Amino acid sequence: MIEVNPQGEVWVFAEQEGGKLSDVPLELLGKGRSLAEKLSVPLAAVLAGKDVRPLADTLIAHGADKVYLVEDDRLEHYQARSYSRVLCNLIEQYKPQIVMYGATPLGRDLAPTVASAMKCGLTADCTDLQIGDHVEPITKHLYKNLLFQIRPAFGGNIIATIVNYDRWPQMATVREGVMPMPAPDENRTGEIIECKADLDGLVLPLKILETHRRERKVNLKAARIIVAGGAGVGSKENFKLIWDLAECLGAAVGGSRAAVDLGYVDADHQVGQTGTTVRPALYIACGISGAVQHRAGMAESAKIIAINIDRDAPIFSIAHYGIVGDLNDVIPKMIKAIRTRAGVKK
Amino acid sequence: MGYDCVVCAKQVPDTKRITGEAMTEEGTVNRAALPAIFNPEDLNALEQALSIRDAHGGTVTLITMGLPAASEILREGLYRGVDRAILITDQRAAASDTLATSYILSCAIRKLSYDIVLCGRQAIDGDTAQVGPQLAEKLSLPVITYMEELISLEGKTIRVRRNIGNGYQVVEADLPVLLTVTEAANTPRPPMVKKIMKYKKARSKSEVEQEVKNLLQGDFENYAAELEAQQVEQICSELKEKGLLIEQWNLDDIDADLNWCGRDGSPTKVHRIESVVLTGSEYKEIPPTEEGINQLVAELIEDHTIG
Repeated sequence: MIEVNPQGEVWVFAEQEGGKLSDVPLELLGKGRSLAEKLSVPLAAVLAGKDVRPLADTLIAHGADKVYLVEDDRLEHYQARSYSRVLCNLIEQYKPQIVMYGATPLGRDLAPTVASAMKCGLTADCTDLQIGDHVEPITKHLYKNLLFQIRPAFGGNIIATIVNYDRWPQMATVREGVMPMPAPDENRTGEIIECKADLDGLVLPLKILETHRRERKVNLKAARIIVAGGAGVGSKENFKLIWDLAECLGAAVGGSRAAVDLGYVDADHQVGQTGTTVRPALYIACGISGAVQHRAGMAESAKIIAINIDRDAPIFSIAHYGIVGDLNDVIPKMIKAIRTRAGVKK
Repeated sequence: MGYDCVVCAKQVPDTKRITGEAMTEEGTVNRAALPAIFNPEDLNALEQALSIRDAHGGTVTLITMGLPAASEILREGLYRGVDRAILITDQRAAASDTLATSYILSCAIRKLSYDIVLCGRQAIDGDTAQVGPQLAEKLSLPVITYMEELISLEGKTIRVRRNIGNGYQVVEADLPVLLTVTEAANTPRPPMVKKIMKYKKARSKSEVEQEVKNLLQGDFENYAAELEAQQVEQICSELKEKGLLIEQWNLDDIDADLNWCGRDGSPTKVHRIESVVLTGSEYKEIPPTEEGINQLVAELIEDHTIG
């Protein structure tokens, strides 16, 4: 751990693979900007890999004041041991007060390894981060300007705010899609600081034999409108109704975990705590009861329409428009209304 | 050759079955009202260890850190055929966060012989997925997270397929190694009836203490602390003779440095807990009629939500 350092910078780990940045670090730079401004400290990104320098400009355009650049052939492919060594060295040298990571499989591998090696705190899967004051209940000591690490727990039934006031840096992972990505500003300028990786004597313990990545079949995060189906759709065949409604709206198709588990729709389409977190302009939930895990992934949608036969389904409690009825009846009527624009005043 | 596997498991509240009543009025979780279960992906880790033993021989040791009641998941492990089950329980370990938990587990595992340490990917009460990688760091073991298939295990080399979110990776490492196992890796075997018959009476010492206390409490006149202790000792030695005493370790037994345990050893502290309040803003119910739906669609077109 490092000592408490209120002048320390706010850092974002710039996850990249094969020279391509993930979305999360860019989303985190948006949040990081507001945290850094609140604390009046610089916002920096940590960029490690092989031949990754061109990505620094993208990080600066999205809000970074500085980029700590670590290039080394041995960092071409991510491994917990090498990347955690890089992070720990930089943290010890520059003493940031906050370090944020994407809660991706890579981030959830790296961040705990760094936290363990640094003996500092880490809060996983935060849905919000704020700056605030904490009074220690036993000593009544007031700690000012701490990072409030806010996350759901117990399957989304409670929201916990976590702080770390003595073993810094304060570290958190944040799920993809939770924070809005700032628009890039190509005119922004920033400083690129080249750092040397101290990897001497390091043995990389894993042999990576194969890596297979596939493009997701659907990009739910970018969709303006999402039509999602749940167990209430009834069958894979009947899920065609969801596809039909989505098609006439130019929308993406989503599904609840139940719909995915039942095989109605592919896992790429899953919305919710274990799927994708979305915030579209319009979310139409069809036959989705609205378990907390699902709501956690879509409650931020600007408008929510719920169609469900069960008046007591929890989805109605977060919906803006509710239609209590059989989706087999309601969806065709909706498709017809959209196609004919029947109700629109001429 | 056989492999010695150590499986770390956690007893968790069944978060899928949390109902309104399972929350207290202050909005904290009323753990007492929740069924406690073997964390699902820890069962996948256990299954992986058992199938390694089935194929290659060796041993499976199941450890858990928790309250005396966590002995229940150790019995579930015994029902499935683990060779050894150990409860790590100590009041000084209360309020440990993931860092302190991984430290305590690392102290316990150092007392054991192991080639492969297995953890579930994450526990359903916190979903943090942190203890596995932290434990690996503390033990200086290579970590393979998000394992979804064991491809091969030959000599000192393990080959595993792991999930990387948008695809998968095949990786190889030399033992000893730590794996975090996902639900995709296998289907956990059911308990064996014969083993249930044998081990349903298995108890840890702290459970025996609780049971004796409950028994004696009704009898104030003849109660004596000495008698209680005597009875506990006697029952424990009887259980031990029958091979039914679940091993129990405290922080002294595993030589843990108390500065890194429990609340003091935990850098993360809870600032506030709120129960989730649904934030339904303006709500409008639309009748499921043609007219109602036409009107809704018109409204959405007029405010440019849909084109």
